[in-house]
Amino acid sequence: MKRVYPDKEFCIGCHLCEVACITAHSESKDVVIAYTQERREKGITSCKKVFEKGHTCVAVSCRHCDEPACVAACISGGLHKDPKTGRTVYDREKCVGCWSCLMACPYGAIKRHPVENKIIKCDLCQDREEGPACVAACPNLALKFEER
Amino acid sequence: MKYVIIGNGIASIGAIEGIRQVDKENPIMVIGAENAPAYGRPLISYLLAGKIKADRMALRPTKFYELNNVELKLGTTVAGLDTQKKIITTEKGEEIEYENLLLATGGAPFTPPIPGAEGAGVYNFTNLAHAQELIGTAKDIKRAVVIGGGLIGLKAAEALFDRGVDVTIVELSDRVLSLAFDENAASLAAGRLDEVGLKVRTGVSVKEIQRDAEGYVVGCHLTDGGFLQTEIVVIAIGVVPNYNLAKDANVKVDRGIMVDDHMRTNAEGVYAAGDVAQALDMLAGENRVVPIWPNAYNQGFCAGKNMAGRDTGYSGGLAMNSISFYGLPTISVGTVNPPEDDKNFEVAMKLDEKKKSYRKLVFQNGNLVGYVLVGDIDQAGMFTSFVKFKLPIEAETRAKLMAGEPDALHWPDEFFNETWNPEHTEE
Repeated sequence: MKRVYPDKEFCIGCHLCEVACITAHSESKDVVIAYTQERREKGITSCKKVFEKGHTCVAVSCRHCDEPACVAACISGGLHKDPKTGRTVYDREKCVGCWSCLMACPYGAIKRHPVENKIIKCDLCQDREEGPACVAACPNLALKFEER
Repeated sequence: MKYVIIGNGIASIGAIEGIRQVDKENPIMVIGAENAPAYGRPLISYLLAGKIKADRMALRPTKFYELNNVELKLGTTVAGLDTQKKIITTEKGEEIEYENLLLATGGAPFTPPIPGAEGAGVYNFTNLAHAQELIGTAKDIKRAVVIGGGLIGLKAAEALFDRGVDVTIVELSDRVLSLAFDENAASLAAGRLDEVGLKVRTGVSVKEIQRDAEGYVVGCHLTDGGFLQTEIVVIAIGVVPNYNLAKDANVKVDRGIMVDDHMRTNAEGVYAAGDVAQALDMLAGENRVVPIWPNAYNQGFCAGKNMAGRDTGYSGGLAMNSISFYGLPTISVGTVNPPEDDKNFEVAMKLDEKKKSYRKLVFQNGNLVGYVLVGDIDQAGMFTSFVKFKLPIEAETRAKLMAGEPDALHWPDEFFNETWNPEHTEE
C-alpha cells in the first residue's frame, strides 16, 4: 500500500504540511477560514507532528502499520485495519476517548482532540482524490506518498 | 474443526485476525460462555455510567464473524478437554473435535470469603451482565459500597456515582491504585474522586456484610470497627486466571496457563492467550500473568498466526494502563514502582498538584523502563517508544525526556530511518 514517508534530510520545518492537513480536514476547504475560524471554533487539529532538533526537522503522522499497537489497545472497536486497503481506520462514533491508543502507539502519531473526547489521526486524506494534502503542500519534497 | 477458540473476548478477536492473516479459508469456531458477540469489556463502566448505549459495545461490526467464516457458539460453556483425542465437550454434552485449539478463557472475579457475601445485593463487575444488573439496581438504591480500590473498583464506583448512588470505596492497602500506579498518581486520582463526592476509605477492609431478617444487605462491618450503611456491595478485588478447564486436562498451569514463545501450551495443538495465559513479559524477561487489554490482543494474534502455520514468535508483553477519573487522564506504562533499595533504578518526578499534572520516569541501567503521566498525557506514545524499543538514552535525550518532550529525532539515526523512511520494500 502507499504510505507517507518523511525524509528528515529534506524537511525544512516550515509546518506547511500542518496547515494543509487542517485545510483538507476542514469544512470550508479554505486555508484562511480553516486555520483561523474552524481551528478555533471546532478544534480542527493537524494530524502531523513536527519534531525539531537543532537544524534537523521532520514531520510525522500515522504510519498505518501492518500490525498496529493502537488497534491492539483499542477497547471500543474504534480502530481497525481495513483488510482491503491496509489502512488503519478510525471510527469516530465508536471512540470513547480512553487514550489507550495514544499510550500504545510508539510513534506518537495519535493526538487528543482539543475539545472533544476523541482522537486525531491521519486518514491519508481518504476523501481527497489527489492523495494526502501534506505531501502536495511540502515545498521541498520531504514527504513522499508511495509504495515501498 | 481446524480452529476452535474457547473464549470470546479480545484475545479471541486477535486470534481470528491472526489466523486470517495466514489462512483465509478454513472455518473457525468460537465458543463463548456469554451471550453477546465480543464486546469491549472495559466499556461496561461506560455503559453503567450511561455514557454509551448497549449497541456501542461490540468490538467488531456485525458482519465480522460471517466475513471471516467464523461459527459463533454463544451461551456455551466448555466442560471438558481431552488433549489426547483432541476433543472438547460442552456442558450440554456436545463433542467437538479440533486440530488447533486456543484457550482464551480470560479471568474470573476473585471473591474472598466474607461472611454475608452469599446472596442478593452483592455483585461483581467484570462482564456485561453485571453492568446490566447494576443499571437495574441503581435506580432503587441510595448507597453502595465498593470493595477494592483498583482500576475495576474505581471505575465501578464512578459509574454508580454517575447513576446518582452515594458510593464509598473500601481499600485494604494504604492507597488506591496500588498496583498500576505510584503514590503521587494515586493521590491525584483519589483527590479527583473526592472533589466530585465519592468517598474513599483506605487501610480498612470489610469484615462482614450485614443482612436484615429478610436477607437484604443493610451495611458493612469494617475491620477498624466502623460500619457503613449500604444497600449493595460490589466486590472488585481483582480477577484470577480462569484456568480450571486447562488444569483438569493436565495442561501445564502455574499462576496462569504456561505458554512458550509461540503461545503454545505443553499439549500438542493447544494454545493459550489473554488474561488466562502466563506469557513472556518484556521487561521482566520471564513469564507472568499480566491481564491487560493490549497484551491479550497481541497474544491472541500471535497464537492465531501460529495455529495457522506461520512460525511467529511472541516478543513479550508490556504492562500499560490508560484510564481517566472524571476527566483527569492517567497513563502508566512498564515498571512504575521500582524496588526502593535497588541502585540500578533511577526515578525522575515532576508533580504540580495545583495543575493536577504529574510525570514520573523510571530508568534502569540508563534505559527508560516505565513512566506515569497524569493530566498532560499527550506525549505518552513517544515515551512508550523509548521503553518498548529499549532505545539508548544519551544525556541530551535524557534532558528532553525529563522536560516532558520525548522526540523521534532522539531515536538512533538508523532506527529512525528504518522506521520512518525505509529504502526497501516492506513486503
